[in-house]
Amino acid sequence: MMTSIKRIIRAGWRGFSRNIGLSIASVFIMVMVICLATLLFLLNPVSDVLISSVQKKVDVSVYFKEDVSEDEIMDVSAEIANISEVKEIEYVSKDEALEIFIERHKDDPVLIESLAEVGYNPFLDALNIKAWEASQYEQVANFLETGVFQGLIDNVDYYQRKPVIDKVFALTSGINKIGIFFGLVLGIIAVLVAFNTVRIAIHNSNKEISVMRLVGASNSFVRGPFVIQGIIVGFIAAIITLLITFGLCYGFDSRINALAPELSIFNIFLSNFFLLFLIQLATGIGLGIISSYIAIRKYLKI
Amino acid sequence: MISIKNLSKIYTSRFDQSRIKALDDVSFEIGEKEFVSLVGKSGAGKTTLLKMILAEDKPDEGEVLFQGIDVNRIKKSQLPKLRQRIGVVFQDYKLFPSKTTCENVAYIMEVMGAKQEDIDRDVPQILELVGLKSKMCNFPNELSGGEKQRVAIARALIHRPDVILADEPTGNLDPYHTRGIIKLLIKIYEMGTTVVLATHDKNVINSLGRRVITIDDGKVIRDEEKGRFIL
Repeated sequence: MMTSIKRIIRAGWRGFSRNIGLSIASVFIMVMVICLATLLFLLNPVSDVLISSVQKKVDVSVYFKEDVSEDEIMDVSAEIANISEVKEIEYVSKDEALEIFIERHKDDPVLIESLAEVGYNPFLDALNIKAWEASQYEQVANFLETGVFQGLIDNVDYYQRKPVIDKVFALTSGINKIGIFFGLVLGIIAVLVAFNTVRIAIHNSNKEISVMRLVGASNSFVRGPFVIQGIIVGFIAAIITLLITFGLCYGFDSRINALAPELSIFNIFLSNFFLLFLIQLATGIGLGIISSYIAIRKYLKI
Repeated sequence: MISIKNLSKIYTSRFDQSRIKALDDVSFEIGEKEFVSLVGKSGAGKTTLLKMILAEDKPDEGEVLFQGIDVNRIKKSQLPKLRQRIGVVFQDYKLFPSKTTCENVAYIMEVMGAKQEDIDRDVPQILELVGLKSKMCNFPNELSGGEKQRVAIARALIHRPDVILADEPTGNLDPYHTRGIIKLLIKIYEMGTTVVLATHDKNVINSLGRRVITIDDGKVIRDEEKGRFIL
């Protein structure tokens, strides 16, 4: 048994090394397929980071009337904090709001001059409320407008921002749906490409396979070396893809970071390293084994 | 050893669905340690007959018994064991192109699970017998037609099968190499192996002076001990 396994492995390696041109072509096709699987795998955490960074920028602001004291606002804040949908509440006093405005628009003399023209602080005390999910903002806004402290509130700016919040909500679920759809389509294409490459490689040896059968080789003895070749191709392709992924994540990390500061693809690569390598190995070796196994079947009928 | 009973095979052309009768009610027996030549024109049915013995193709009617076993009713998992008892020399050699001479010959021993030391001992011996010891590490595309055919014979012989089926082994060779191959087959026969030689080479048959079964249009028209090539 062990002798047979050793012979099958040796024959598989010889088959790989002696048909090096075809083997290299198969490795490169497999690299492309594993790259695709890697892309689909990395797209998930990347889109999560992007979506959450957009969601972080969305909030609902509650502006209080001029005569409402800070203590009353703190009471309202404590009350709102009890709502399960609310994730975070930030109090911004009218003085802080003025400072933020001046800081943000210091390079715009027209706005600063207009503010001076007004002669007093036109801002109101406010609470900025963040919900866990985009879809929960409407419930939070309803609660504020119909709650007991309705008389203290000047306005809730949810309705001015509603279109933006809705868009974020639509984008979030849209990205997920598109991701799943493209994932499926690309996955099917990748599997077919890999399968056909292995099939062509095995078709090249179809006469050899029938002679093996005719001289008395069992199916497993004929199939074994081809499956081993599939494993070798898958393993080498997985290693190459891992190196490519490392290079791309490392090389593009700073550039992507400049565009989206919350996103570090190199960190995503490092934190998912073992899972990623496992997926690449499983894709390469799994496809290699399954494709060889299926492709050789029709030549074993003799 | 081999018993052919009322064997018939019809092929249907994929082009015009016409029916070609390759074998028509063929019956004969081949005994242990016999040298039998199957002769006939090209397309007479010699190769089809050998394919049936090897269970490469199934007959429409009749049966082929190899040492009492019906080769077409045998379980698929048992087929390799049966084929391991038959050595085959193909007209077009059918060597493994990506294996060296040595590996081509050793393959059948590996298939049978022989020990490595037995392989290392037997392969050089058999290659010496066929005069190819110096070409052990060459690939088939580095050998001449005669050398390839001798490798094919060595491969058919290495595991000491009960019978050797040689399908036109001299079909692609010049008279000099033809003589060498036939001498080799006689040597194998004299060592105690049954040999079935399919050929349409008149000179070869007439020089042998052994049993000749003549096939024409799929039928056995003559079966003579010490026969000659008459068509």
